[in-house]
Amino acid sequence: MNFKPLLLGACSAVVLCGIASAETLTIATVNNGDMIRMQKLTDDFTSKNPDIKLDWVTLEENVLRQRVTTDIATKGGQYDVLTIGTYEVPIWAKQGWLLPLDNLGPDYDVNDILPAIRAGLTGEDGKLYAAPFYGESSMVMYRKDLFEKAGLTMPDAPTWDFIADAARKITDKDKEIYGICLRGKAGWGENMAFLTATANAFGARWFDENWKPQFDQPEWKKTLDFYVKLMKDAGPPGASSNGFNENLALFQTGKCGMWIDATVAASFVTNPKESTVADKVGFALAPDTGLGKRGNWLWAWNLAIPAGTQKQQAAEKFIAWATGKDYLKLVAEKDGWANVPPGTRTSLYENPEYLKAAPFAKMTLDSINAADPKHPAVKPVPYVGVQFVAIPEFQGLGTAVGQQFSAALAGQTSVDQALQNAQQLTTREMTKAGYIK
Amino acid sequence: MATLHTRSAARAMMAPSVVLLLAWMVVPLAMTIYFSFLRYNLLMPGMEEWVGFDNYRYFLTDPAFFQAIFNTLAIVLGVLLITVLGGIGLALLLDQPMFGQGIVRILVIAPFLIMPTVAALVWKNMFMNPVNGLFAYLARSVGLPPFDFLNNAPLLSIILIVAWQWLPFATLILLTALQSLDEEQKEAAQMDGAGAWSRFTYLTLPHLSRAITVVILIHTIFLLSVFAEILVTTNGGPGTQSTNLTFLVYAQALLQFDVGGASAGGIIAVILANIVAFFLMRMIGKTLEA
Amino acid sequence: MARNVSSQRKIVNTVVAWTIGILIFFPILWTFLTSFKTEAQAIASPPSLLFFDWTFENYFEVQARSDYFKHFMNSVAISFGSTLLGLIIAIPAAWAMAFAPTPKTKDVLMWMLSTKMMPPVGVLVPMYLLFRNTGLLDTRIGLVMILTLINLPIIVWMLYTYFKEIPGEILEAARMDGASLAKEIIYVLTPMAVPGIASTLLLNIILAWNEAFWTLNLTASKAAPLTAFIASYSSPEGLFYAKLSAASTMAIAPILILGWFSQKQLVRGLTFGAVK
Repeated sequence: MNFKPLLLGACSAVVLCGIASAETLTIATVNNGDMIRMQKLTDDFTSKNPDIKLDWVTLEENVLRQRVTTDIATKGGQYDVLTIGTYEVPIWAKQGWLLPLDNLGPDYDVNDILPAIRAGLTGEDGKLYAAPFYGESSMVMYRKDLFEKAGLTMPDAPTWDFIADAARKITDKDKEIYGICLRGKAGWGENMAFLTATANAFGARWFDENWKPQFDQPEWKKTLDFYVKLMKDAGPPGASSNGFNENLALFQTGKCGMWIDATVAASFVTNPKESTVADKVGFALAPDTGLGKRGNWLWAWNLAIPAGTQKQQAAEKFIAWATGKDYLKLVAEKDGWANVPPGTRTSLYENPEYLKAAPFAKMTLDSINAADPKHPAVKPVPYVGVQFVAIPEFQGLGTAVGQQFSAALAGQTSVDQALQNAQQLTTREMTKAGYIK
Repeated sequence: MATLHTRSAARAMMAPSVVLLLAWMVVPLAMTIYFSFLRYNLLMPGMEEWVGFDNYRYFLTDPAFFQAIFNTLAIVLGVLLITVLGGIGLALLLDQPMFGQGIVRILVIAPFLIMPTVAALVWKNMFMNPVNGLFAYLARSVGLPPFDFLNNAPLLSIILIVAWQWLPFATLILLTALQSLDEEQKEAAQMDGAGAWSRFTYLTLPHLSRAITVVILIHTIFLLSVFAEILVTTNGGPGTQSTNLTFLVYAQALLQFDVGGASAGGIIAVILANIVAFFLMRMIGKTLEA
Repeated sequence: MARNVSSQRKIVNTVVAWTIGILIFFPILWTFLTSFKTEAQAIASPPSLLFFDWTFENYFEVQARSDYFKHFMNSVAISFGSTLLGLIIAIPAAWAMAFAPTPKTKDVLMWMLSTKMMPPVGVLVPMYLLFRNTGLLDTRIGLVMILTLINLPIIVWMLYTYFKEIPGEILEAARMDGASLAKEIIYVLTPMAVPGIASTLLLNIILAWNEAFWTLNLTASKAAPLTAFIASYSSPEGLFYAKLSAASTMAIAPILILGWFSQKQLVRGLTFGAVK
């Protein structure tokens, strides 16, 4: 049997074995395109920091979240740098699980980070607990050619009525063209991200000021009714198992007229290497219903340092490299400005080269700035978060409710039944967790 | 003398297995039972408190609980039905003289060697996907609307995928048993003028009964805790239509990080599995005894 | 005449069996073929079976993203390690159960099997805490231990049923000749038990290779086997069928080849006492 790993493990824990040898950072990250690009650019970092080695753990989002959460909550100490979402940062920072990022170096320029994004990553003590790697909101991506053919013009700030009407007009099921592709796959970060944000535009909210679930209110019924009917008329088959990736594949192969989803998708759908419709895509703000809120969310994937690490300084160096201004330049040199991780720095949106290469830049910035996590709904709410509710219970709750809505979309239950189930299970969990006395 | 000597030696030889498995069972089980009485959420450290049977109450009253039990049994029975019947058919076929028998056997074994995650990913994306999947293409090319397997028949789809993985194993065991059937007996029966069907029902099937019970036992052990296939394909949905007990516990453990609830669910699952096991063992025990 | 009929039947058998065999194998073949397509070709409609521009780019891409060899070596170490350890523990136990049965033997065996019914998710957190406290997280040794325990019941049971088939008279005879217990095991029992042990070994390597819950949840990077390698391809952004296929092919190829080459040995002892 091989005892080497055990010995190595013991060494790294004690830090005494290799006095001059390199430190190895274990970095947990998501298998998204921008992170995979970062992984490939590792050489740039290691050549500048020859005493630091990088060990990547790249996983699918849900697996990553489970692994990282289990590890940090049990203080397993397996990772030195974590990739976590805007949802986790405030909750984990409050638990004292993350180290504040006070020493990212003189060149880091924290003030350059977009205010909306930065606000979500700052703890109650005013310190930054995670550095954004890329940020996103949601917006409408549409096919200019199909709109032209149908005699439609997309306004910069469309309403849901216009979107629904256009989607139905564009749909041509015989040719496998579906007017609109929306998320349907159950999950708090999948269909519930979209539906929660959309519900905000329809005047709905998850909880009232006393944490009473609101799925029995007319606004939610209107939202879900609208969504299910629209998808039935103008959506692709099997929509209830489509998440971001599935819809991206559909849009890239020319099967969707419109797609409302994360702004980061813009660089994928306009990339001629991947997308068959690269030159035909237009962008617009996420739709509203005239109530004063748009259904656009706010999200960022961020790098953070778990409190249990022994290698804080090396981890800080890495984070400063990966989220700094120079990294953007590095990506631009290698893969062009359009592929730079978006949505984190003001300076990027003032860079004429970027604005020229990325036709979606302005719309992305406007969408991010339009999101307001502190006041997400039309009515007052006791929580923070646009497409999520920043409480630890939300992952389980959001996914359970998402399953109900996914079933309604699949036609397995009625809208009323789905809402009733959602109300019931949310009330149950909130009672169990002690929010409802 | 000899027996006494052998018996103590036997006990010594069994000890490592028994002790290890006992430890493997008792240590996590004791921890799990302890946790199941606590309010213990990983995301809220320091709030642990004794809550008695609260976790059990919540798990048992979960709206999805009875559906999960039903689905668990449906998956076990559905897969067993396909693998046992299909396995007998395939074994009979492979037992016949033919060209390239070895290669056919290789082809048939293959699914058993595939990681469940990979199998599920491949089926979900490349076959059952209603837009880009191969089935959708086949349906369209004969003018039918593509069928959305994972949404409209989630449980059946999962049963099919799991059955595909376990069919080879059943076939192999049944084939081995079939090949041990006495040629002379077969020929004698043929001489007596017994038709193919009566030869099958009076000679082959009774001969296979032990092999069939073995297949049922092994498959049930693995099928009670089908998980990866559900996680990858349907995530338990739409709604809770393909949620089985294991998946329900998973939702508690790794979505809500509710260790207390998951522990209670785990204990309930163990109890239920042991009830199934009890009946199964009695049935199997009898057949294997004979 | 009779010969003619039987050769006709042989052809029918061949055609039917090959058709079914290929249908069962098709998903794997399709994955293999897709791994050589570009992403666009992988979802093209109509799909092409063989006539596309074969490319190796997916394999390069997959290798560039994660070190296949490291994961492969971990898989080998974990599956072989746990199987061998399991055999060392199980052989004496199975021997004792088969040749010196007590009224309790059957109960012990059934109890061992019932330990397999515990859903692993239910005990994840307790195990994680145990592993953390013993420093076994993300180590091959930890995984070898846990997979040994998981598969031990199956190993014991397989060996027990196999050993039971060995006629007791032979042992009696050896004993008459004055052979000691050790000699009895080494010279008489072992040669007869080899097929059973071989197929137990193979079956458990397969089970351990494909185990995807503990191997994924108790590792990070150092000990992560091929199951973790696959987990990074399950649903990334963008088109991924071809890359997924390439990664899948790489992950399943070793065990597929092993299984095929050793199928005779695998099948020979795969009786679980079902054959009498």
